[in-house]
Amino acid sequence: MTISEIFAHDYMTVIVLRAVIVGVLVSVCSSLLGVSLVMKRYSMIGDGLSHVGYFALAIGAVAGVGSEFSLEAAIPIVILAAILILKLDDSPKISGDAACAIVSTGAVAVGTIIFGFVGTSTSDICGSLFGSASVVTVTNKDLVIAAVLFAVVVAWFALYSRQIFSVTFDEAFSSAAGCRAGSLRTVLAVLTAVTIVVGMKMMGAIMISALIVFPALTATQLCRSFRGVVIASAVTSVVCFILGFAAACFFSLQTGAAVVTVELAAFIISCIAGKIVRKRK
Amino acid sequence: MNNIIECRNLTLAYDGVTVVRDLTFEVPRGEIMLISGENGSGKSTLVKTLLGLHKESSGEIKFDGAGRGRVGYLPQKSAIGADFPATVSEVVFSGFVGRLRYGMFLPRGAKDDVKKAMELTGTADIAEKCFNELSGGQQQRVLLARALCAAGDLIILDEPTNALDPVSAADMYKIIKSLKNDYGMTVLMVSHDLETSVTIADRVLHLCCDDAFCCPASEYAERLADAHADCGGIGNCESHHHGEAHHDDK
Repeated sequence: MTISEIFAHDYMTVIVLRAVIVGVLVSVCSSLLGVSLVMKRYSMIGDGLSHVGYFALAIGAVAGVGSEFSLEAAIPIVILAAILILKLDDSPKISGDAACAIVSTGAVAVGTIIFGFVGTSTSDICGSLFGSASVVTVTNKDLVIAAVLFAVVVAWFALYSRQIFSVTFDEAFSSAAGCRAGSLRTVLAVLTAVTIVVGMKMMGAIMISALIVFPALTATQLCRSFRGVVIASAVTSVVCFILGFAAACFFSLQTGAAVVTVELAAFIISCIAGKIVRKRK
Repeated sequence: MNNIIECRNLTLAYDGVTVVRDLTFEVPRGEIMLISGENGSGKSTLVKTLLGLHKESSGEIKFDGAGRGRVGYLPQKSAIGADFPATVSEVVFSGFVGRLRYGMFLPRGAKDDVKKAMELTGTADIAEKCFNELSGGQQQRVLLARALCAAGDLIILDEPTNALDPVSAADMYKIIKSLKNDYGMTVLMVSHDLETSVTIADRVLHLCCDDAFCCPASEYAERLADAHADCGGIGNCESHHHGEAHHDDK
């Protein structure tokens, strides 16, 4: 489908716009949550949860929703997984990255077996891993869920920014000072879980965590203050998504792959730019 | 109550191993108390317990006044990520994290508190610098300023001069002394640098196996000198037996 064909029909314009809006909303959420996750060395949680998302889609397939991805089934499952990973992380016997590896690989294995039983087609499984090939799959319901998620994440970040900064910077100090770091961490994990599920349809289970990790890392190369990094991360994420989405439309690429490639390019450029700026000082 | 903390028959375990057994001591208000002891003697566990980050196995801890939650805490240096993007002023303001109104807004007078804390620690002129680009001594003073914003009148310092060069360490000791003398604060300080830290302390709590003791700093300094003469360790379980931890009022 070429760009002129897309906009030749009004209904296609609506569908494309809807996909862009959902993508932008999810990009902002993932980039904000990503700052805290990356700085707290929790990047792997994003990756682990996205694999659980794949498992959740398999459960959705069993529930008989057909090939259509069902967010209602996936969201609670991934939230539970997020809480489970945090609990495992707290236990002295298992380290955080090992906890993620256990949950994510286990989820993929069981999910694949379930897909096999249900007889889901390979192309549908590919869709859940690499993102759906067509933006047509984004529904109005997705848009509503993404809008609510966006409102919650942005409000949480705006209102609790001081606690988020402090716990991210130094959890032990914050707890000693009387901040309930544990509940803040749980909120972070739950919001991350929902963001991953909502973004997964477009980006695919394998690549959704890039949306969390890349903007924060790119912003860290360019900014020296936490506030700066948060803002730069959100801006980078939105710009990269729009560029990637446009590239996907123009050159008929997979949306998820195109967005992540643009994120990667932005990260490399920011590394070089950051080095040059620091040398000049 | 003249004591800001009273601990009775405190037993602490770390990973199932008892590191402190039946410890009784008080921290008098307005004094500097040094916590010393070998590695693994339970200093860090004791500090974490006082901060409420670790649960005591048995015994009780009583705080006077604002108590837990209003304790300023300077963690050991290594605890903080080197690549974290944050300005000095963001770090210092994060000291208010436990005192935010509705968990969101700075308490009244926060800006004045920050100004005072930064002047005291000599960090006012680097307020807009990036925290991870500072020297070790500067970072430590910034974290102390943060601790002061959290503190009521008690501050706990975990190896405040560890990994600092001699000049920065001397600066740090000067600031700690001024916390007590000019601001009437109570300071609990874990340190390995006994020779210098004992000179600014009023009292020493020495943790050692089952044989912890608490004594005035002057007495501890004498023992330290004796121990050097004997080439032996201080408070070794065989060489010094002082029974239950106790202290005499001056």
